[in-house]
Amino acid sequence: MIDTLIQGILLGGYYAVITCGLSFMFSVMRIINLAHGSLAVAAAYGLWLLASKFGISPFTGLLIVLPVMAATGWVLQRYLLERSARGGALLPILTTFGLAIVIDNLMFEQFGADTRSLAPFIGSLSYDSWELPGGTYVGKLAVMTMATAIALLGGLQVFLGRFALGRAIRATAEDPDTAGLVGIDARKANALAAAIAMVTVGIAGAFLGMRATFDPYSGGPQLLFAFEAAVIGGAGSLWGTLVGGIVLGLAQSLGAQVHPQGFLIGGHAVFLAVLFARLFFTGAPFIGKIGFYKTGFTKIRAAIRSTP
Amino acid sequence: MTSVTNGITIERWTRSSRLALGSVALALALFAIAPLALGAGAIDRLTALFIYVILAAMWNALAGFGGLVSVGQQVFFGLGAYFTIRLADAGLNPFLSLFAAALITGAISLPISFFMLRLKGGEFAIGMWVISALTHMLVNLDRLIQGETGTSLISLNVYDSGTRRVVIYWLALASMAALLGILFALLRSRAGAAIQAIRDNEDAATSVGVRVIATKRLLFVLAAFGIAVAGALWLATATTFQPKTYFSVQWTAYMIFMVLVGGLGKFEGAILGAVLFFVIETFFGSMGVWYLIGLGATAVVFSLFLPHGLWGEIERRFDLRLLPVGYRLKLPGPTKIQWNQ
Amino acid sequence: MTVLSVQNLDVRHGLLQAVRGVSFDLAKGDVLALVGANGAGKTTLLRSLAGAHLPASGRIMLNGHDMTAVPSHQRIAKGIALVPEGRRLFSQMTVEENLLLGKSAGRQGEWTVDRVFSAFPNLVPRRHAKTGHLSGGEQQATAIGRALMSNPDVLLLDEVSLGLSPLVVDRVYAQLQTLLTSGTTIILVEQDLGRAMAVASRVICMLEGRVVLDSPAKNVTRDQVTKAYFGLHRDSTGRVAS
Repeated sequence: MIDTLIQGILLGGYYAVITCGLSFMFSVMRIINLAHGSLAVAAAYGLWLLASKFGISPFTGLLIVLPVMAATGWVLQRYLLERSARGGALLPILTTFGLAIVIDNLMFEQFGADTRSLAPFIGSLSYDSWELPGGTYVGKLAVMTMATAIALLGGLQVFLGRFALGRAIRATAEDPDTAGLVGIDARKANALAAAIAMVTVGIAGAFLGMRATFDPYSGGPQLLFAFEAAVIGGAGSLWGTLVGGIVLGLAQSLGAQVHPQGFLIGGHAVFLAVLFARLFFTGAPFIGKIGFYKTGFTKIRAAIRSTP
Repeated sequence: MTSVTNGITIERWTRSSRLALGSVALALALFAIAPLALGAGAIDRLTALFIYVILAAMWNALAGFGGLVSVGQQVFFGLGAYFTIRLADAGLNPFLSLFAAALITGAISLPISFFMLRLKGGEFAIGMWVISALTHMLVNLDRLIQGETGTSLISLNVYDSGTRRVVIYWLALASMAALLGILFALLRSRAGAAIQAIRDNEDAATSVGVRVIATKRLLFVLAAFGIAVAGALWLATATTFQPKTYFSVQWTAYMIFMVLVGGLGKFEGAILGAVLFFVIETFFGSMGVWYLIGLGATAVVFSLFLPHGLWGEIERRFDLRLLPVGYRLKLPGPTKIQWNQ
Repeated sequence: MTVLSVQNLDVRHGLLQAVRGVSFDLAKGDVLALVGANGAGKTTLLRSLAGAHLPASGRIMLNGHDMTAVPSHQRIAKGIALVPEGRRLFSQMTVEENLLLGKSAGRQGEWTVDRVFSAFPNLVPRRHAKTGHLSGGEQQATAIGRALMSNPDVLLLDEVSLGLSPLVVDRVYAQLQTLLTSGTTIILVEQDLGRAMAVASRVICMLEGRVVLDSPAKNVTRDQVTKAYFGLHRDSTGRVAS
């Protein structure tokens, strides 16, 4: 039982890594990227290709894959999402869904239906573990994933809070027009945010590949997990992402104890339960936001405005 | 045509639309007698076309008119097929089971709507996918289905294959005609005005007293029912039920492709999209993965450059209304004011 | 030396023409009071000067450079800063963060965070408070400070007293005094005629998008401006006879 709980919590670390990019993009651009999971799988394939063809270890491979992911994010925002977002809130859903289909099937075309894993390329790390007092074991990779999640979320928090570029992204997220008036290029800020989000997606792809297997159509389930963790984490700080990931990981691990199919059912069920509770008890659902509080200036102004 | 004042008239039908409605009736009649002249392969293909039209029209009803983009509509497709299997296994006539299953699915969609319609935009879209994934897992738990192995609609075997083929064809044709008719009538009714107000501006619709949620719920349930009919019919043609095939997100991908290409929020657009999809599938379906890449890429291109689809473009260029679901003002002069789009 | 030159500016909101053929030149240190009824086009004019709303025709020159097509985020780098109507602060961010955002354009000059805090001492204790939690006066001070952080040559102030109590307005104007004499060119949109004319060196009154009065502040009476305001006393050219 303790063992299941520990595994569940550590699994949450992986979910936090894959979720933070999705929440981040949503909170800045108000876009839910349906190609999110597919892009993570693409990054995993990139690392797999580097490792199997050129003998580059996945960790070194990240030095190549992450810049490529950042560039992808930039291009994606500048040439696809920006344009489709101008057509309303619904179009980016369709654009990114179409993109996911293209990415998934291109990967299928390129790599075939075989499942792959990065585990063979990281030596004993994939199965090494530490023994805790009480006879439970924790995998080194799982602990590393959790540490990465915390570092990533902490890093993002510091970047958004302490750096001019981070502030520019937050300002653009809150009010893009006014951001322009104080000298921020909102398009650039959004493209930068997308690049950062894709870097986190690349890291998530690395852990996906190291801790398990993947195939060209693994993107869909990864998107669902990320979305579920984001919603469970709820409004608030980036750290909600970690909480959401851990709750999802626990629900899946406990579900798997009950029934072979319980892993997925447990995750989906806890997602719906949280959604239900939040919708009906607080009326405030939805993914974490880094600042969308709209003041009622217009109303106040209308009320106060007096005749000249 | 209603005369208002000074020669201004409100049109609900145009000459071209009367002509179009006549052609639709004629086409349906021709389709109805077509099996007498067609071979087995052609009948099966046309059945597939009718199912595609249903899927496109129903997804369009939800997204194009209700503003609800869902990537989880395969849940209703799968449930339509699943309940058909269940009911037929319980001894109900397999053809009756098709429609009973769709009714059950429509009924199930009602409680789901209370839940899901509170979500917005992308959250509704992926939330529906979660519902679909969960339902898929739960259906797998049913012993009758035997997990991913699946099962078949064996009770159909009591009919010989020729009869079966033609009956399914007619059922598909009739279902398509009925569902399109219901949607058309709905869009031209009072609820239709509400639907189009919501499509154009949800906040403004709310402020003038449109019951937004109730209207969306109507569309949600209608789409669930229609897609369940499609799923049940698909099961009848394929006879085998593997949960993975029916609960596949690919079905939603097809629906999105058809509606985006044909014209999101255009009644005729969804039909056009389904026909195009059918033609593309006939010619390129054998290309396998490149065919799917092409579909995805086309969807991306349309969402970026032609968000109102081909029918939107045709309407804009030729001022054409074949099956008008709105109103338009006809002024005495050369200008026309339209507010149905 | 002309700092800002507006030439025959037309600005539209769709079919509505909000600003019609407006022209004026401002020199360094000029303080222009822009007055007129609601809907006269003052805010639209200011927003188009700041680049938030591109004009349909006409030209905007700053220090001899054509600014007409420059987007807003680059315009602030060239030296035009707007304090928008309703303040438009980033409510989820602190006072200090809002001020630092004013530095986004990267213009160096005398205005720093410390200088803003010494000019607006009421902000000092609120340095790390989110601006959504500030009083109206504090918000207005932050908004002005944020614009000053870009060390503008031309500062556009849109209805700084709107929604504030008279006492608070007095304080904001007292704080503005140092600014008014510092050599920055200022355009002030203000509903309170008396206050506007007391600080301005020049007055322009707009009516239905047009300039109906343009005069050095000392040459017009409040009564004349009021008449122009309501569209009375126009001469044959559409301007108020003075």
